[in-house]
Amino acid sequence: MPEGLHESDVKNPVLRWVDQRLPVISMVQREYGTFPTPRNFNYFWNFGALAMISLAIMIATGVVLSMQYTANTHMAFDSVERIMRDVNYGWLLRYIHANGASMFFIVVYIHIWRNLNYGSYKTPRELLFMIGVVIFILMMATAFMGYVLPWGQMSFWGATVITNLFSAIPVVGQSIVTWLWGGFSVDNPTLNRFFSLHFLLPFVITGVVFLHIAALHITGSNNPLGIEPKGPQDTIPFHPYYTSKDSIGIVVYLLVFALLVFFAPNMLGHADNYIPANPLVTPAHIVPEWYFLPFYAILRAVPNKLGGVVLMGGALVVLFFLPWLDSSPVRSMRFRPIAKWAFLLFTANFFVLMWVGGKPAEAPYILIAQVCTAYYFAYFLVILPFLSKFERPLPLPESISRAVLSHRGGGPLPAGATAKPMEKA
Amino acid sequence: MRPLFTTVKAAAVAAALFLAPALGAGEARAQGHDVINLPDTKFTFDGPFGTFDRASAQRGFQIYKEVCSSCHSMRQLSYRHLTGIGLNAAQIAALASQFQVQDGPNDNGEMFERPARAADHFRRPFANDAAARAANNGALPPDLSVIVKAREGGADYIHALLTGYEEPPPGVTVAEGMNYNKYFPGHQIAMAAPLNTDGQVEFADGTNGTIDQMATDVTTFLSWAAEPELEQRRAMGVRMVIFLSILGGLAYAVKRKLWADLH
Repeated sequence: MPEGLHESDVKNPVLRWVDQRLPVISMVQREYGTFPTPRNFNYFWNFGALAMISLAIMIATGVVLSMQYTANTHMAFDSVERIMRDVNYGWLLRYIHANGASMFFIVVYIHIWRNLNYGSYKTPRELLFMIGVVIFILMMATAFMGYVLPWGQMSFWGATVITNLFSAIPVVGQSIVTWLWGGFSVDNPTLNRFFSLHFLLPFVITGVVFLHIAALHITGSNNPLGIEPKGPQDTIPFHPYYTSKDSIGIVVYLLVFALLVFFAPNMLGHADNYIPANPLVTPAHIVPEWYFLPFYAILRAVPNKLGGVVLMGGALVVLFFLPWLDSSPVRSMRFRPIAKWAFLLFTANFFVLMWVGGKPAEAPYILIAQVCTAYYFAYFLVILPFLSKFERPLPLPESISRAVLSHRGGGPLPAGATAKPMEKA
Repeated sequence: MRPLFTTVKAAAVAAALFLAPALGAGEARAQGHDVINLPDTKFTFDGPFGTFDRASAQRGFQIYKEVCSSCHSMRQLSYRHLTGIGLNAAQIAALASQFQVQDGPNDNGEMFERPARAADHFRRPFANDAAARAANNGALPPDLSVIVKAREGGADYIHALLTGYEEPPPGVTVAEGMNYNKYFPGHQIAMAAPLNTDGQVEFADGTNGTIDQMATDVTTFLSWAAEPELEQRRAMGVRMVIFLSILGGLAYAVKRKLWADLH
């Protein structure tokens, strides 16, 4: 073998030639083939792969849609209608893209829930988690700007409300808003830059997703027990075990997606967005898309504009500090008798915030939003730090394989589970 | 106890997360204004497998042409789209030629009128929104291309609105030039009852044009106009769901077999 080539196991001479010079085949084999993965994942571990697929679907449909879409305030609405009527399968592309955003957020919210429930944000995965939060924030920005593009009433007024939030910044706020708008109101320059950014950001997300995966493959995945694999008996190769398990999740995901796209494509949207944007007519209630409602509720819980903006931003920023706010060495809520209830309440609280975010800002909804906002922050800033010190966790299992195989009851261990349990952890 | 807790919790969270968007969107929608319960009109396109009644949609188009189109545009539609409600090319060409549309400029730089062709957009009743307002007491008749998708309640709302005109209840004063409608948000609508007499539109197929029948027909037409892809979409959806169910069964079987040696 000439010097300087990569050591390759590939048998096919052509592929081997490539792999020796650019070891992509070895890399995929290492990272997705033999990659040692905890053997005890439940189906919540499907959602990373599902998020990846959502991103791919959004980029694929979005690129094609952009070939037919016109980013001009006079033509945007009609160009979308033209896609729906005259472009071959344009309705399919657009409904996949519009509902794909909802599917993406469903998947990512479950992915984040899984992270919080099983303590995946804890050492050594802090940076992995923080990169994930960055992806989530980028997704929110992308989704918001995408919703503006059809230039319906909710597009226009949503853009007006959200960009106006920046005016809460003291002194320079109004100048920032003018700069964002490219003028003195939401208008053609705003639509143009939103289109440009809506096209750009998904590729930024793709880049950050690769960092997310790179970091994941350094630390390896967490698992429902929240204990590290202690040897080969605790792990199985990613392929074929998790490729096959992920494929079930993918089909279920596509099934839910198909039901939305083909049978209820407008269920998650707002009827007002089929009315062309009109700067002179304000809709009775301006409501963001469902996936923003919890944060919208936090925004409106505070009577002060700047305070609301700070809290809404804080609700996301607090996540970056979570690995240090929760210093309990036990990851999985399964072994945290008090924290698991606090987290269950946090989950319910999030749904109440989502519900109240869609209600008008009046009594009793404001009070409900305030109580829920208080709990949202208390969970991160008070309860988790407190429990980290005072909660007595349940005993952790000795190892993953012990915990998994003890469920089987008696009988000899099957061939795949051959490795002997470790003597001591 | 503990596995039970986690299982129940996991299932609840998963279910809730899938339902959440519906909840959020539903709430967002319900809070628009005082909730007025709409009567549930039976349409052939209701439900996940419904289809458009072509005859009803064609009668609906006739109503649009003879009644609605004097004020309301449908600018997203072209005459050629009417193949979707069962008209053939010759019928569409004949129909379009009844309308004069503006074209040009010609070689002399002048705009001119000519009979419409199948490829032309539906003729708009007014040159622009200001002209429409001027002719309608200041109110703008909305474009009807996607009206069924642009109103909460969809087809039920449109049907209810068209049949919801009545005398104002005692104590309610209706402003000058306005009309009382029990399903319109705020109850005062600038549009006078468009369908006001049985037999107002005479149908070639002998259908008795009661107000309710006309409202159903024109709503069917407008629902088709808003979602011309509906039938194709649902048929494709059925095939997708069947395909994915089989694929899901296979994926599950493969996974079971592969994992059998692990536990």
